[in-house]
Amino acid sequence: MIGVVSYLVFFATVAAILAIAVLGLNLQWGNTGLFNGGVVAFFGAGGYGTLILGGTAQPDHLGGFGAPFALALAGGCIVAGVLAWIVGVLTLKLRHDYLAIATFGVAVAFESVMRNAEWLAGGAKGVRGFERPLRAALGDGFTYNLLFLGLVLVLGLAVYLFLERLIRSPFGRLLRAIREDEIAARSLGKAPDRVRLTAFVAGSVIMGLSGGLYASFYAFMSPQDVLPILTFQIWAMLIVGGAGNNGGAILGAFLIWGGWTASGWALSRFAPIEAQLYTGTVQFILIGLLIVGMLMWRPQGLLPERLVVSQTGKINEENLGRK
Amino acid sequence: MIQGVLDGVLVGAILSLGAIGLTMAMHMLRFANFSHAELLSIGAYSALVFDGLFEALVPPMAAAIGPLSLTWALSAAILVSMGATAASAILVDRLVFRRVRALGGELSMVFASFGVALVLRNVISLSFGLKTQLYSQDIVFAVILSQDPLLLVKPDQIFALIAALAIMFALHVVLSRTTLGYALRAAAENPTLAQVNGINLGRMITLIWVIGGGLAAFAGVAYGLTNQISPVIGRDLVLPIFAATIVGGIGSVYGAVLGGFIVGIAANLALVVLPSGYSPAVPFLIIILVLLIRPNGLFGEARA
Repeated sequence: MIGVVSYLVFFATVAAILAIAVLGLNLQWGNTGLFNGGVVAFFGAGGYGTLILGGTAQPDHLGGFGAPFALALAGGCIVAGVLAWIVGVLTLKLRHDYLAIATFGVAVAFESVMRNAEWLAGGAKGVRGFERPLRAALGDGFTYNLLFLGLVLVLGLAVYLFLERLIRSPFGRLLRAIREDEIAARSLGKAPDRVRLTAFVAGSVIMGLSGGLYASFYAFMSPQDVLPILTFQIWAMLIVGGAGNNGGAILGAFLIWGGWTASGWALSRFAPIEAQLYTGTVQFILIGLLIVGMLMWRPQGLLPERLVVSQTGKINEENLGRK
Repeated sequence: MIQGVLDGVLVGAILSLGAIGLTMAMHMLRFANFSHAELLSIGAYSALVFDGLFEALVPPMAAAIGPLSLTWALSAAILVSMGATAASAILVDRLVFRRVRALGGELSMVFASFGVALVLRNVISLSFGLKTQLYSQDIVFAVILSQDPLLLVKPDQIFALIAALAIMFALHVVLSRTTLGYALRAAAENPTLAQVNGINLGRMITLIWVIGGGLAAFAGVAYGLTNQISPVIGRDLVLPIFAATIVGGIGSVYGAVLGGFIVGIAANLALVVLPSGYSPAVPFLIIILVLLIRPNGLFGEARA
């Protein structure tokens, strides 16, 4: 029994951490219509940043700053934000394809640098020497994992409440206005480029937070944690849950992570030995089909975006639908 | 150094062929198609299948042509593969892209293309295995072009380059000299106006996939012939091909040709200074450089 509970705690922790990244993506894609093809780069920047800032000195790679946990986590978020700012400044003024391609490129480049630059983050061996916060006091057992889950849930809730407030604020309305009709927003004296950059950086900082929590949970991060498939998983979570709906984003994260874990378990349990090598291949096909299928048959996701009308009046139903 | 330029030109021809199809599709359908590079894999693998088929049916076709490792069977297989790849491109458009296009915005198409790429790549892995394969087991020795500096080139590379240039020239003639070419360019520039003038937009979209698929198939075979065939061809080439379109300017066919060569040469020269592990990152650096210096590429124009 305790085995099942402790596994559920472990599962919930990872799913909740990923849900934070999905919330960040929802701010970018769901609310602002920005396509981020390289979620892992910002997730990874947060994770690597946290470990390097908070870790002990290492002989063969950067580290030894020994920052307190909260500071290290904040530092990781800043690293992710700076990376997003650089990509955003260069691409957000251009047609939308450029952001998609550049963010995809930044993820490929990030993985390749992390895999090769041993002086920076240990290369393929990954970053070591990070002490999980309060481990000395709590040990490595069940209690620790339960408390860590609590921390993740508190931070996740904070992000959720922040975003819910944000999308109801004038700034949130502005984001949707730009998403729906940029020229109209510009004609009202708004600066779409700057607003988009703000939303893009904010979303990426949230992804960085998720990466930082992920890295602290495992006290380890390697290039295997920033593979492109994670980007696809996080998208699938948002698309299935419902782009534009924060509750949907969280629901999608738990559903997809559950489905991913269950399909991996089922394939390793029931598939013939010679097919085991292809477990990942089959799972990738499933995720791909899921993304395509949702876009074709239920593009609004399980929990569709609730369209808010700020000033009631006569509403033409057709104009409410998303373009 | 000179060897780097030489190899870069050969890789560049392959990237150009991929980038032409991609830039045309991006111009007309207004979305970044992340599954385009998978068409190169489809081309490479269908040529492998038909190559085996032709050799089994007509054994004399297994003979190599002159100094190349290319056989008669494979050259016939290339033509069939170009058709088959074009057909798969149209099929994907009918099954997925057309429906998503009708439903949602341009960015849903980008999402969908990622999903399609993931499915295509892994279905190929599942059908042909994760291992790499070759069209021919014969070892073809490189020809020494010059002793000092040492320059080596494989006959197959020369063939691929010449054939790629011939294909590009043929496309240039079609686009600039025929009514069909005018119609295609008009439809890409302004779909509504083109339709008013009696151009069948649906047929033009099909044509875009035929051209894109055919060129991608040849590029895929050329890549397989000069390197090796593996299910990750698409994954490895998607970013360089995008870099080529961005260097040339999205929508410009001639820009894509030039962009392919620039990216090919730059990527090979970068290996002189950078360790080879960093080579996946080079196309991204090129993209960043272009965005800093000339955001709309060499021949591109700003368009929202």
